[in-house]
Amino acid sequence: MIWDWGYAWEIIPILAKASIVTIEATLLGFALAATFGLLLAILRMSQSNWVSVPTAGFVEFIRSTPLLIQIFFIFFVFPEFGVNLSAMTAGVLALGVHYGTYCSEVYRAGLANIPRGQWEASTALNLSLYHTFRDVIVPQAIPPVVPALGNYLVALFKETPLLSAIAVLELMQTAKILGSENFRYTEPITLVGIFFLIFSLITAAGIRQVEYWLHRREGF
Amino acid sequence: MAFTAGLVVASFATFRVFLPGLLEGALITIQITVGGCVLAVIMAFVAAIAKMYGPWPVRWLANSYIEIFRGTSALVQLFWLFFVLPHFGILLEPITVAIVALGLNVGAYGAEVVRGAIISVHRGQWEAATALNMTRMTALRRIIVPQAIVRMIPPWGNLFIELLKATSLVSLITISDLTFKAQQMNQTTFRTLEIFTIVLVFYLAIASVITVAMRALEERAARGVARGRA
Repeated sequence: MIWDWGYAWEIIPILAKASIVTIEATLLGFALAATFGLLLAILRMSQSNWVSVPTAGFVEFIRSTPLLIQIFFIFFVFPEFGVNLSAMTAGVLALGVHYGTYCSEVYRAGLANIPRGQWEASTALNLSLYHTFRDVIVPQAIPPVVPALGNYLVALFKETPLLSAIAVLELMQTAKILGSENFRYTEPITLVGIFFLIFSLITAAGIRQVEYWLHRREGF
Repeated sequence: MAFTAGLVVASFATFRVFLPGLLEGALITIQITVGGCVLAVIMAFVAAIAKMYGPWPVRWLANSYIEIFRGTSALVQLFWLFFVLPHFGILLEPITVAIVALGLNVGAYGAEVVRGAIISVHRGQWEAATALNMTRMTALRRIIVPQAIVRMIPPWGNLFIELLKATSLVSLITISDLTFKAQQMNQTTFRTLEIFTIVLVFYLAIASVITVAMRALEERAARGVARGRA
């Protein structure tokens, strides 16, 4: 018997419960990534090399090393410095920082596309740097990059199974536990795959919708 | 402050102890990266060309491949191949599973890169090829793809680095790659900070090699193609 429907129906409620943890981790991780990314993008634009160069180095370093190692680093190394984090917090922090660096590149593209006149006008109106960013630059820079950010939301969502490596009880970890309890991996892992596929497709459709709204609003 | 600095130096001074094991792991990581990259490029070209020019069943197959592998998590795919395939009587070495899973995963992303690059070749090139009485396959092989390749090298560089980073997942299916070795040593020596820092540097070094190699490849491929401002 390759596929046991009875077993599949039995485990669906358990997996559904675990999927809440997966979605929680996704949303918290992305909220962190979106904010941290904006901060990195702005720091990278700084006119002082003492700020912009280390920021750029940090972004490159995080982007070219594996997320799994970063998760291990936060979970295993931070306690040596007295920072004890729960597995879930460590996982969300790692996801947020890793994807924050990706998001910062997206924001940077958005910020770079603001016409110079907007900056000059802000100077002419004697706005402080803080107000220039908050009221003029950022509100114009973000809407065009929302679709690109959405792609990273989907990417981050698909990386959440990595949290199973530090025993966060999300979807993948639950599927593995179910598999080892019943010696049947086919159903749990296939169901997890289907779950990810469905959610990715729904989110991708949502992003297309947002893209459409943004285009219409800007009157393209 | 001086004390902390001294402590850091002292603890890193013994990093030689970890090097042989980590290098062994790095070798496996490089093997899987290279194997995965080769498979990914092959799959990407096959899937992209099937999706663009195949008859509808082939097109449909290519499309499902791309959507399924882009829509599910790489780790889920890896586990699926590792735990589920044996149920169907297919027993593969873990390292083969790793190369196949990562190659197929990155290949699906690569297919879209290849497709985008082929579409971006100017239509006049197709028309000129038709005017010269070339068949569609010949035109694709001799005129379109060579020009498309120049454009797809930078995104491929990104994908190869993604693949390198994804190889860290194979440690979860019992392959003793760099990440696995790091965890193993961490459990026996508890030198967490040093081990994981060295590992991060290793990955960064491999990624830098890929970046440099791809840049050289781009320059080589762009020779003879007039691009940018004269």
